[in-house]
Amino acid sequence: MTSQVDVAESTEGEPLSEPSPGAGMLGSGGDRPGSDRPGRDGQRGDGKRVTKLDRVVIRFAGDSGDGMQLTGDRFTTETAGFGNDLSTLPNFPAEIRAPAGTLPGVSSFQLHFADHDILTPGDAPHVLVAMNPAALKANLGDVPRGAEIIVNTDEFTKRALAKVGYAADPLGDGALDAYSVHPVPLTTLTVEALKDSGLARKDAERAKNMFALGLLSWMYHRPTEGTERFLRVKFANKPDIAEANVTAFRAGWNYGETTEDFAVSYEVAPATAAFPAGRYRNISGNLALAYGLVAASQQSGLPLFLGSYPITPASDILHELSKHKNFGVRTFQAEDEIAGIGAALGAAFGGSLGVTTTSGPGVALKSETIGLAVSLELPLLVIDIQRGGPSTGLPTKTEQADLLQAMYGRNGEAPVPIVAPATAAECFTAALEAARIALTYRTPVFLLSDGYLANGSEPWRIPEPQELPDLRVPFATEPNRPDGSFWPYLRDPETLARPWAVPGTPGLEHRVGGIEKQDGSGNISYDPANHDHMVRIRQAKVDGITVPDLTVDDPSPASGRGGPTGGAGLLVLGWGSTYGPIAAAVRRVRAAGGRVAQAHLRHLNPFPANLGEVLAGYDRVLVPEMNLGQLAHLLRAKYLVDAESFTQVTGLPFKAEQLADALTAHLRTADDTDTADAVDTTPEAGRDR
Amino acid sequence: MTAETHAFPSLSLVPKAAAPQSMKDFKSDQEVRWCPGCGDYAILAAVQSFLPELGLARENIVFVSGIGCSSRFPYYLNTYGMHSIHGRAPAIATGLAASRPDLSVWVVTGDGDALSIGGNHLIHALRRNVNLKILLFNNRIYGLTKGQYSPTSEVGKITKSTPMGSLDAPFNPLSLALGAEAGFVARTIDSDRKHLQSVLRAAAEHQGTALVEIYQNCNIFNDGAFDALKEPATRDDALIRLEHGQPIRFGAGNGQGVFRDPATGDLAVAEVTADNADRVLVHDAHAAGPTTAFALTRLAAQDTLHNTPIGVLRSVQRPVYDIQMQTQLDQAVAQRGPGDLATLLTGSDTWSVD
Repeated sequence: MTSQVDVAESTEGEPLSEPSPGAGMLGSGGDRPGSDRPGRDGQRGDGKRVTKLDRVVIRFAGDSGDGMQLTGDRFTTETAGFGNDLSTLPNFPAEIRAPAGTLPGVSSFQLHFADHDILTPGDAPHVLVAMNPAALKANLGDVPRGAEIIVNTDEFTKRALAKVGYAADPLGDGALDAYSVHPVPLTTLTVEALKDSGLARKDAERAKNMFALGLLSWMYHRPTEGTERFLRVKFANKPDIAEANVTAFRAGWNYGETTEDFAVSYEVAPATAAFPAGRYRNISGNLALAYGLVAASQQSGLPLFLGSYPITPASDILHELSKHKNFGVRTFQAEDEIAGIGAALGAAFGGSLGVTTTSGPGVALKSETIGLAVSLELPLLVIDIQRGGPSTGLPTKTEQADLLQAMYGRNGEAPVPIVAPATAAECFTAALEAARIALTYRTPVFLLSDGYLANGSEPWRIPEPQELPDLRVPFATEPNRPDGSFWPYLRDPETLARPWAVPGTPGLEHRVGGIEKQDGSGNISYDPANHDHMVRIRQAKVDGITVPDLTVDDPSPASGRGGPTGGAGLLVLGWGSTYGPIAAAVRRVRAAGGRVAQAHLRHLNPFPANLGEVLAGYDRVLVPEMNLGQLAHLLRAKYLVDAESFTQVTGLPFKAEQLADALTAHLRTADDTDTADAVDTTPEAGRDR
Repeated sequence: MTAETHAFPSLSLVPKAAAPQSMKDFKSDQEVRWCPGCGDYAILAAVQSFLPELGLARENIVFVSGIGCSSRFPYYLNTYGMHSIHGRAPAIATGLAASRPDLSVWVVTGDGDALSIGGNHLIHALRRNVNLKILLFNNRIYGLTKGQYSPTSEVGKITKSTPMGSLDAPFNPLSLALGAEAGFVARTIDSDRKHLQSVLRAAAEHQGTALVEIYQNCNIFNDGAFDALKEPATRDDALIRLEHGQPIRFGAGNGQGVFRDPATGDLAVAEVTADNADRVLVHDAHAAGPTTAFALTRLAAQDTLHNTPIGVLRSVQRPVYDIQMQTQLDQAVAQRGPGDLATLLTGSDTWSVD
């Protein structure tokens, strides 16, 4: 579970080296180079061994039509229920069904689970399940030598191999000698298991992902009842298909149990110590965000109105909210992005909690309406699930390159507050926080999530309703002038928010619009001094938003020249979904003796009030981002600090090792030689890149 | 207030005024800033003097507009109002109306606002049939930007942006609306207050989206655009006043009539004679299909405006979006009970850590 606070709660470091290659096949987890937790073997009566591992990274890879996302989801659900900590990375093409068997059509799902607190989906898999040659070819580069590879040999035909440019069969030409390969005729075995099902061969073949899931479930001692129940519910209308999938799933399990090729199975104990007491579930970022919006509606007592146009990777929020009409949630699938936000703003004028969900291209289209909301000073949530850009970019891949668009992407001076969750589960609290700011200050608010948070999942401690913030704000009900009239722009002196008077309130009839208005009365005004005043007061309102101070995790002993809370000379500062890899990297560096402080921004506009002080307390500030340095740009402009960027724009999250190397390099070049000398993460470094 | 006793069943969910209202109640304290002589003044006065007739609580009426001369309209009405951005008023009003069935929501827009930059929102509002009354002021020119041709300008129009004449074929707004499945389509003229108010009344009575095209004179940039329909010398021959259930006859002595060509089904104007008088088309605004209404929208000549039908071309009942949306919410509560947040957050797959 990734920590919801800045300070990493666990003292457990992630292993300093990269994943333990071929853990079980080497006989003992203790052989894993660099492992910080030796495995322990147990011998079963039937000659099969059980090895205990502290953590495992599995990647399922296949064709877009092979059901890899479903397979990964099921494995994740069973793993969550078993009590491991986990983190996932679904990775799929934008094409719904790219041509079968091709490299662009490969879809994968990576899952990292452990008996302790983990922060990332893992840099590299210990086990790759490759359903066809394309999946093998597309993923092999990420798989460290010694790792286990399970291949569906049925798909390794001459034609399929040729399609992805394999001149010879890698299963036969020694290309995979460095790996522990399990050749399994998955398709044949599945069809054989279903020969009495009455299904046509083609339909039977489709259950091969469940066979693979069954096999992996055996290998890692996953519970099975949940998956069988899930399949029977999913295919309730097609009982024969349901039974076929269950049969294939069980056949996969039994295959692992009986075949000699799989001599070892693995136990990863529940991560009991990693979790504070409570009730848990597994949750993805988009689901957490949708729940956060429902919770914000309940906590504010305002009906939720979502105006949205389908766009990857945000559409799941629309789908989810459309299920919750019994909470009074109205979802409106608009004709375009502009209408989506327009309807949400119209609903906000009428007293709803107005929300629009989108991704970067949609934000570009909504910009004018966001500006209108700034001018109208109405609450509105603009949720941007960022993806690779510019333009259509990489619809299914992650990126953080909309920060400056959110910050500045409007005509005129149009400040908009920005919040950004750091983890999938944190999307829940981020939605509540965005709603708090919007409702308290009557302003549109950006929530910047991204594709990695949206689709990735992790365990989440389910909050009790009484833990949630009270978001109620009063509507205006009475005239606010001595003469009995109502001024729609007469501000609250503390928050600078204007009154929210909704239609249906007698005596408060008023007009609002995008033309500049007189502060107070709200009447159209072209007065130069008034415009200057209004521009400044809208900015002051956003600047004055109360946000929590930035907390810094800096456990190294104070040296007299470090930051405000510790002795490190280097601060690594991130925002958004880079939290997991940054925190994992910081653990590695610290475990190797490096002194590094970590802080993570949840509020990007306004910044926490103490940010300037935090930055000033460190000799060096490193800002990892999945863009070309947008936060660093803001920090340099505002605080005149020599913040250095470390950037990657591959459409994939950072790897912990890569960030650890970057931090180590910074420490080496720092003047603080004591610190630099203490760092040594070299043995396994670089293997993964 | 039940639908049976309400003068406007379509507004039965909107609270009624406690006391009778007058035109004065709907005038805001803002100075009206249209050019002297603009047709918008006449429309504003007609609307202000019509609204008391609805008998609705003033605070439950909202006017939403886009950008353009006509879109300043809300500022001059003492109701709730929003002057939004160019072309987006139907989208904004859709969110408001869909979330607040207790409001009477009106959209004021122009030919550029509704048909050019906002064309998408207009057609989708019409197909959804949200409870909106859309007043489209059509002056066939861009006024606020000082005189460029608009999507309803006639071909060959010489304007600042088209010194050699415009090339674009214009939209016929009512044909477009019918193509977008509009349930209520009407046309009227700024200078004919009685007719304008009768159309507003019919629009208000309609459940769902009503589109009212109002021919409006821009005396600065397109003066006299509708003179053919206004001048005593020409108007009788140019205007076709539609009355539901009545034969469509017009012109001096009602000597002209609208006939259906039996071969093509198309409509044409011809002199009414003793032989053909019984074949004059009888206007049926409630006809289930839009075909005849569409043919009526095609009668007028784009250049001379001769044979321009005004009145209600089509008024049929279709399911109303906001009512259906509320019904789905009610059904969800009936089927599953009111939402419980703790249950939702917990879901079905959980585990406990002690």
